[in-house]
Amino acid sequence: MTMYTMRFFNTLGSYILLLGKVFARPEKKKIYYKQVVKEIENLGLNSIGIVAIISFFMGAVITIQTAYNTENPLLPSYLIGLAARDSILLEFSSTIVALILAGKVGSQIASELGTMRVTEQIDALEIMGVNSASYLILPKIVAALLFNPFLCMLSMIVGVLGGWIAGVAAGVVSSQEYINGIQYAFIPYYILYAIIKTEVFAFIITSVSSYYGYSVTGGSLEVGKFSTKAVVSSSVVILLFNLILTQMLLS
Amino acid sequence: MIRVDHILKSFDGRVVLDDISAVFEPGKTNLIIGQSGSGKTVLLKSIVGLHAVDEGLIYYDDILFNKLDFREKKALRKQVGMLFQGGALFDSATVEENVMYPLEMFTDMSEDEMRERANICLKRVNIVNANNLYPSEISGGMQKRVAIARAIALNPKYLFCDEPNSGLDPRTSIVIDNLIKEITEEYCMTTIVNTHDMNSVMGIGDKIIYIYQGKKWWEGTKEEILQSDNVELNDFVFASKLAKRLRYGD
Repeated sequence: MTMYTMRFFNTLGSYILLLGKVFARPEKKKIYYKQVVKEIENLGLNSIGIVAIISFFMGAVITIQTAYNTENPLLPSYLIGLAARDSILLEFSSTIVALILAGKVGSQIASELGTMRVTEQIDALEIMGVNSASYLILPKIVAALLFNPFLCMLSMIVGVLGGWIAGVAAGVVSSQEYINGIQYAFIPYYILYAIIKTEVFAFIITSVSSYYGYSVTGGSLEVGKFSTKAVVSSSVVILLFNLILTQMLLS
Repeated sequence: MIRVDHILKSFDGRVVLDDISAVFEPGKTNLIIGQSGSGKTVLLKSIVGLHAVDEGLIYYDDILFNKLDFREKKALRKQVGMLFQGGALFDSATVEENVMYPLEMFTDMSEDEMRERANICLKRVNIVNANNLYPSEISGGMQKRVAIARAIALNPKYLFCDEPNSGLDPRTSIVIDNLIKEITEEYCMTTIVNTHDMNSVMGIGDKIIYIYQGKKWWEGTKEEILQSDNVELNDFVFASKLAKRLRYGD
């Protein structure tokens, strides 16, 4: 137990020290802006497809499952749309999408930085006098903070749309009832709540994955191991912060 | 000139560099030689500051490198070029972008000026018509030459080469060796080359330091190395059957 505790604090300390280097003043802002744009394409635009597909099918499944579990004449049929909407807004588009991105983007970041580390590209940057942590990691964090809210909103729209199409196609809810449910007792704060969570999760995914990628020692085998560690750790931290943020923002 | 005084470095209690002192002279190709695992890469990386030494002093001319703060080290590093074992070119950048990178980061040159300087450096290392290729699209020897071009882009005072010939055929190795020697003399740089290739030793070794089990075991020139009666050095230098036959006869 003591060993695990020591290892945890050691990792946490190294992570905080790395963040200190990451948020140092950028050398040349122009180059950082270029890097941020590149990372928005790498990490954000390239994730639109997977987020849209998963959101569509998850919205569809949520709607159909809700419909089959509320087959009670006492329950109004608009409840299906309402439940699908709230599930998507409150949990799916922020937390589940973040977990998916932790897998896709997290492993991409960790393996990219890990490969740069084992092929001495990071050493080459350091030798030149470049703050490699800031140059490589800060643009990824900024790009995710800027773009992930759009992915979250895209997920909301596509999820609700998927639920509507699947619900009507499966005959479990009529189009009008679903739309009524979507509009019923709508709380706009839920969108803000999802975006706040998305921002926190974006920071966790990029910083935790970067930490593991940047810390790789050894060869290609270790790059794979550290990529897995990055995904697992990011996912656990996301779930932990999901609990904390839910308590803080909804209580 | 680079001077190291009584360098000591250990990893998890295992001593890798044990009381090493040496002077590396400008305008000369200074070689650090030794068997794999002898500590020569650790010595090179300690001199450039990638490893912090446990004890000892490192001087770049009159500047005590160990005592510099982060900003001062950063400023000094702009005068340092390094050629890594695998080239360490940035995968996501083209040949030209790789060479332009230090210029973009540390100078106020315009895009055209940077491109012009990058092309001068690439031409100097005999790379032509490869500006828009990515590192994965060129050979190992070309990667090394591009890495040299990147290393000299800012006209450094100090050049470090970590096993520049690893993975290269003998002919390409000679090309790289000659290039390092020519550039060193042309720019009067203090060049330190880390190698275990005896062709390099005999080809470009103006000054040679032999590291054995983390200690400086021998120091001299390429002419002196052949006449040395140091047993461990001879075991290394005349390791191959051909070299043994040349030295001791049949």
